[in-house]
Amino acid sequence: MTLLCVENLRIEFPSRHGIAVSVNDVSFELARGEILGLVGESGAGKSTIGNAIINLLSAPGRIAGGSVVLDGEPIQTLQGEAMRQIRGRRIGFIFQDPMTSLNPLLTIGTQLMETVVATRGASKEEAEARALELLEAVGIPEPKLRLNQYPHQFSGGMRQRVVIAIALAGDPELIIADEPTTALDVSIQNQVLELIRKLCKERDVGCILITHDMGVIANTTDRVAVLYQGELMECGPTMDVLERPQHDYTRSLISAVPRSDVKVHRFPQVEYIEKAEELRIDVKNHWLGQKESFGEVDHGKLLEVKDVDLRFVTKRAFRERDRRYVQAIDNVSFHVKEGETFGLVGESGSGKSTTARVIAGLYRPDGGQVYFAGKEISGMSARERRPLNRQIQMIFQNPYSSLNARMTVANIIAEPIRFHQLASSEAEVRQIVNDLLDHVGLGKAMGVRYPHEFSGGQRQRISIARALATRPRFLICDEPTSALDVSVQAQILNLLKDLQEELGLTMLFISHDLPVIRQMCDRIAVMKQGAIVEINDSASLFTNPENEYTRNLIEVMPHLDHLSREGLELESVA
Amino acid sequence: MSQADTIGQAAQVTHVPGRWERFKKSNFWYNFTKDKVAQISFVILILMAGAAFLSPVLAPTNPYDLVSIDIMDSEIPPSWAEEGEERFLLGTDNQGRDLFSTILYGTRTSLIIGFCAVMLQMFLGVCIGLSSGYFGGRFDSFMMRMADIQLSFSTMMVAIIVLAVFQASFGAELYSELAMLMLILVIGIAEWPQYARTIRASVLAEKKKEYVEAARVMGFGSGRIMFRHILPNCLSPILVISTVQIANAIISEAALSFLGLGMPVSKPSLGSLISSGFEYIFSGSWWITVIPGIVLVVLVLVINLLGDWLRDVLNPKLYKG
Repeated sequence: MTLLCVENLRIEFPSRHGIAVSVNDVSFELARGEILGLVGESGAGKSTIGNAIINLLSAPGRIAGGSVVLDGEPIQTLQGEAMRQIRGRRIGFIFQDPMTSLNPLLTIGTQLMETVVATRGASKEEAEARALELLEAVGIPEPKLRLNQYPHQFSGGMRQRVVIAIALAGDPELIIADEPTTALDVSIQNQVLELIRKLCKERDVGCILITHDMGVIANTTDRVAVLYQGELMECGPTMDVLERPQHDYTRSLISAVPRSDVKVHRFPQVEYIEKAEELRIDVKNHWLGQKESFGEVDHGKLLEVKDVDLRFVTKRAFRERDRRYVQAIDNVSFHVKEGETFGLVGESGSGKSTTARVIAGLYRPDGGQVYFAGKEISGMSARERRPLNRQIQMIFQNPYSSLNARMTVANIIAEPIRFHQLASSEAEVRQIVNDLLDHVGLGKAMGVRYPHEFSGGQRQRISIARALATRPRFLICDEPTSALDVSVQAQILNLLKDLQEELGLTMLFISHDLPVIRQMCDRIAVMKQGAIVEINDSASLFTNPENEYTRNLIEVMPHLDHLSREGLELESVA
Repeated sequence: MSQADTIGQAAQVTHVPGRWERFKKSNFWYNFTKDKVAQISFVILILMAGAAFLSPVLAPTNPYDLVSIDIMDSEIPPSWAEEGEERFLLGTDNQGRDLFSTILYGTRTSLIIGFCAVMLQMFLGVCIGLSSGYFGGRFDSFMMRMADIQLSFSTMMVAIIVLAVFQASFGAELYSELAMLMLILVIGIAEWPQYARTIRASVLAEKKKEYVEAARVMGFGSGRIMFRHILPNCLSPILVISTVQIANAIISEAALSFLGLGMPVSKPSLGSLISSGFEYIFSGSWWITVIPGIVLVVLVLVINLLGDWLRDVLNPKLYKG
């Protein structure tokens, strides 16, 4: 029986530039006990649909047409009190970030009981019993004890369980989960999704799962609706859509998902997204390709990290013994060979970004050494290091904060060239900047613009151009694509691969995303709580992990074996 | 998409909007065209500032020129009053100066002192706030404690002590020559912590962003990172605080002048005009105090209103939920 029926839904956001249609003519149905995935890239309107169903659209957004029918009753026009009767009681909502969706000043018990009392009109004793029952249902150990604790005493995954418990408090018929696991690590993501799936099936609750992640869709949902720029591309049983995508957009979206099972040479060119211009320059005869001689590297080790330790002060004190520290990196050693891509993978807080920052010279290690091309660089002063700064460059995670908003793109890229006096004249600088912009696929006309005029993927291209402007030999990529959509991610990863080949770059590639690491890296180190647990070749690490922790990580990553392999240039089948 | 489309796109993007075009499209301009209060405040401010700076041309008489003043003209009420004269639009003060001209000159003095004092505050505050936020550690602690100490003396107290000591030790003659400079110095130095704290707070936020790390990875020196990268990104709070501070500085100057520690009677600012008329207010010559008082209130009010609007525009998240 149909629980929720959305028909020809149209949502508009009027603004001074005219009316922006964020959702147009979207229809889907949901049965009890069924999990429907709404998948799409940023701006596809998936969260907007979720918010529109319970009338949480932020002003000035409005439902301009179509209907939302919950169990035979149209609810798209309900306002105020009538809508309040539906929220919580009949439709529960799970938000993205468990760190901010709980009130830090109230105990978990108070928040749960408050919801139970509000939605079911229970007495205090009943509410407490119900809260205990809910905590148990979402798998929180020792619920009696936990009831009196505050949100900060819970980990991210545990908090999300509490949020789920609150969503379930009013015994809703429908749960809308908006990116419920995006803020969580992979291993916890799996548990939370498992829990949502189990609860929906047991309680016969319908669920709309909004996500950008094909892996989540593949593992959790029964049916999937693919959205693109506010329009429904296709809707059907998950397996059918993933294995035999009908629509071109779905097909290109699926082909752009990094695979964990096979390694591809290049991601297929994704259609349906912002075009990058293919104005490549001949690198070999260009300024970019002309390396300065660095001297030979013994045994091919370009970078060597030896027993590096770093701790951060968590509590400052005048006396040494009163100070408290947290060990961010613990005795980390590895080396990177000339020309290879070395991957650092681990969950959040494992110290991988900190390691990168030590190598880049942003932090000074407390113990151990970093050698670059045979020279110890960890102990150098900023002045001694300056010539080396040119050779080690970094691409950052967040494309929205890694560019200076008050400089034009051309100036951002030209600054390092001017600073290190790499070009003989201003005309040459301008020429190099234009060529770089062309080469990363932006086009030289973009140089006069400011960063805020660009999308995330384009900004990441600017970051890459800036990093290349010093003609580096070693490139550190710190989660370069984790803030990007999957199709844009495919483009950026392709670009990095091409550049590495053309310029003979050595790369340190950091990511929490195992499939991405697999696609990019030759050798991989797995980090856990500041220490390296395993270093191995990419292929053997994935097929034959030695360490318990690594095995677990690989096990919990989303399995996409059944995705269509259409259009992939396979490198080797594992 | 085909190749032709891509080339078409490339052709489109070659049109680059100029500075003026970009400004007209910006949120800033849009908000301004929608906000009546801001527009009216802006127009009044421009008119007052314009009139004040053109005072040598606009004013019917020169109040600084002692030769042209006739003591017989003193305390003539505004022209619309019964005993008013055509010659003096807003009447005259106790020395026979045309009040309209004196107000124009006085507004100019007040604006110059306010503006220059704020420039000095900004210079000190930006240098101290920027370096203390960027370097952190002991230097930061030391400078911020200095700021706390400075703030624990009220501006007026510091100013009164300094100006009174100066006046007593160097005599009124020299003081009246240097009054404007002294006021700028005193108000400027006494209020630097306002700037330093605001800027330090935004530097701490900006410092964590990745573009700063990127600049460090490039090998840039501290000075370059501070002034070329961090400072331009801290400009919005500086702009907002500046409007409030100019208004504050004008009020401080007026208050000091009212107390007889500011501009001398021979070169009155708005504050000293108000003060000089105060003795005569009970003898019926209300205009000498009230009219410059209204001018002062309007001037400070429009600056504050503009500042409020600016704060809302530049910081929409913080103030509009």
